Amino acid sequence: MSTLRIFNGRIIDPANGRDEKADLWIRDGVIIETPVDGTKADEEIDAKGRIVAPGLIDIHVHFREPGQSHKETIGTGSQAAAAGGFTSVVCMPNTSPAADNAGTITLIREKAATSSVVNIFTTGAITKGLAGQELAPYNAMVGAGIVAITDDGHCVQNHEVMRRAVEYARMFGLVVLDHCQDYSLVGGGVMNEGEWSLRLGLPGWPRIGEEIIVMRNILLADLCDSPIHCQHISSGGSVRLIREARARGVKISGEVCPHHIALTDDHLQTFDSNYKMNPPLRTERDIEAIIGGIADGTLDILCSDHAPHAKYEKEVELDQAPFGILGLETEFGLFSDILVHKKKAIDMARLIELYTSKPAKLLSLDRGTLGVGAQGDVTLIDPDLEWVYDKELSPSLSRNTPFHGTEMKGRAVQTIVAGKTVWSL
Amino acid sequence: MSGWTRKDLLGLDELSAEELRIILDTAKAFKGVGERSLKKVPALRGHTMVNFFVEPSTRTRTSFELAAMRLSADVVNISATASSLQKGESLKDTALNLEALRADIIVLRHSSAGASRFLAERLQASIINAGDGAHEHPTQGLLDIFTMIEKRGSLEGAEVAIIGDILFSRVARSNIYALNKLGAKVTLVGPSTLVPKAFEKLGVKVAHRIDDILETADVVNLLRIQHERQRKEYFPGIGEYIKLFGLTKARAERLKPGCLIMHPGPINRGVEIDSDVADGDRSVILEQVTNGLAVRMAVLYLCAGGVGLPS
Repeated sequence: MSTLRIFNGRIIDPANGRDEKADLWIRDGVIIETPVDGTKADEEIDAKGRIVAPGLIDIHVHFREPGQSHKETIGTGSQAAAAGGFTSVVCMPNTSPAADNAGTITLIREKAATSSVVNIFTTGAITKGLAGQELAPYNAMVGAGIVAITDDGHCVQNHEVMRRAVEYARMFGLVVLDHCQDYSLVGGGVMNEGEWSLRLGLPGWPRIGEEIIVMRNILLADLCDSPIHCQHISSGGSVRLIREARARGVKISGEVCPHHIALTDDHLQTFDSNYKMNPPLRTERDIEAIIGGIADGTLDILCSDHAPHAKYEKEVELDQAPFGILGLETEFGLFSDILVHKKKAIDMARLIELYTSKPAKLLSLDRGTLGVGAQGDVTLIDPDLEWVYDKELSPSLSRNTPFHGTEMKGRAVQTIVAGKTVWSL
Repeated sequence: MSGWTRKDLLGLDELSAEELRIILDTAKAFKGVGERSLKKVPALRGHTMVNFFVEPSTRTRTSFELAAMRLSADVVNISATASSLQKGESLKDTALNLEALRADIIVLRHSSAGASRFLAERLQASIINAGDGAHEHPTQGLLDIFTMIEKRGSLEGAEVAIIGDILFSRVARSNIYALNKLGAKVTLVGPSTLVPKAFEKLGVKVAHRIDDILETADVVNLLRIQHERQRKEYFPGIGEYIKLFGLTKARAERLKPGCLIMHPGPINRGVEIDSDVADGDRSVILEQVTNGLAVRMAVLYLCAGGVGLPS
């Protein structure tokens, strides 16, 4: 038996409504009651000045295995996750081949079991080959261990197919995650449609390309009485639609990536592909609306959309570069800096809730809590630490980030999975 | 020449009014070279210019080639079909190879917006943007403005209408940026699908009826309808476009006396402009082509750090 005592810290455990100074004990990887018999721990961590939070969860990452391990592997991705304070991540199924069958899911889980330093949860595709035509075998994929379905990177355009997916997924208690993008409106869009796309002569990706699918999903969630989660919300209009629908009791939710509140479309003026995202960076107005949505609870999931790409793949003409950036190491710091410190939209306890109990509840993960009996996943956070991100220190195999050199306030400083430290500053 | 410090010419949006004037003044000095019997000066002797046209072009490529020859530079032409890009080589690697061959100036035509900036940030050679997607075509913008100034004098307060497919036009963007800086008043005219209202943020007016500008314009610059760039939904058909926006003979008669008629070419006769109007007295379309040589000589000369204008 091995025991760990974390003392002197401020425990914030939103799942159990705790915010207090107390000790946290973990025995053999599981959280236990604080012993009253004067037991000595095998290992002790002094968490003075730090928050002791449930291990952070990111429900939207791309680890590129199988198929594109030159960008990232499950092993390197998991190390990046740990370095960002994450003890659990949920991988998207747009691997190569796509995770649209039990065999590929099993392969990913086996890789994770041998190479990952954090908990890896997997999703399965909504449709075979992410092609938007035929439903993937949900029963078999559930058997292999998926926690949700999504065609992320793609969006099911056929509303009938999407309806049946939502209806069918309900039978397995699966939440449908959706990358909201109407292809007919977006076309070859590479950046937000607006003044900057006009100036730069780049094809625009209009907000309604997202909003029309968010609205579609609201209608389907209502019709099927089943949850749909809209991924990486970028538009102020989407926030308004989700807010109104949730007020009516529709099972719709949304998530936010830090780049969508940290950056605007004018960053594209240098044609730097590190600012090319899908959905794209938008405007200050959208940022205000998204932050308002986080503040009032409309949007209660935060994530990275961690999307590694090799340097040579990004170092091409902008319209030919792939979408996406790294995110795991910078997301908590950016959200802490913007939401908690600069905008004061939420407090640190709420930020932790959005990264722990909320995602755990959405996907029914047995994580995100410091309750007795839970797995001993813990993130120690220094809420006021001022730091600068250096991409060259990243354990990721890729370096595609616009946040190199960015100053932030607030950082995860130690990541503990099942009672074992897997990363510390 | 004092005041010019740039290695590259990537667009007119980033140039100051002073920098625009330096190019135009230099072009004026070079225009005389083309009128001599010996159309050549030694300004870029020993320099190598690569005309790297990833997208097809006749007049711009030829114009740059002649401009470089008149400056005594050595010229190599590379087209898309003859380049390693066809074999899957990246733009960066292709350009690095050109630089390894000691090219001093690379003139790039490319279908991707920002392609010339991409090269400029990575290569020592001077990069001249000869059209990058729908972004900018700075030398076309400059030659348009050179022609306007040559014919009218100052552009301060001049009413310039740019008519046609603005959304996909790099020529329009370069014109807008430079005309704004030189004091002209720009109105964009075309179907609402190709001239969205958001263009007003660039400091121009937007109109959807050609008849609204005929009596007030000092210059009408007609743009080609770029069938190859458009999806068909932008307007119902050529017939309707001509009816709404074509500069027909009847419409041309309503233009102010002295109004310049311009077109960057190639012309779709009978579409954006009637054939008679294109060939008429007020048309300066071929003078634009001639002036393009002088402007491109000036740009090559300035970016290559040339010294000593022709006497």
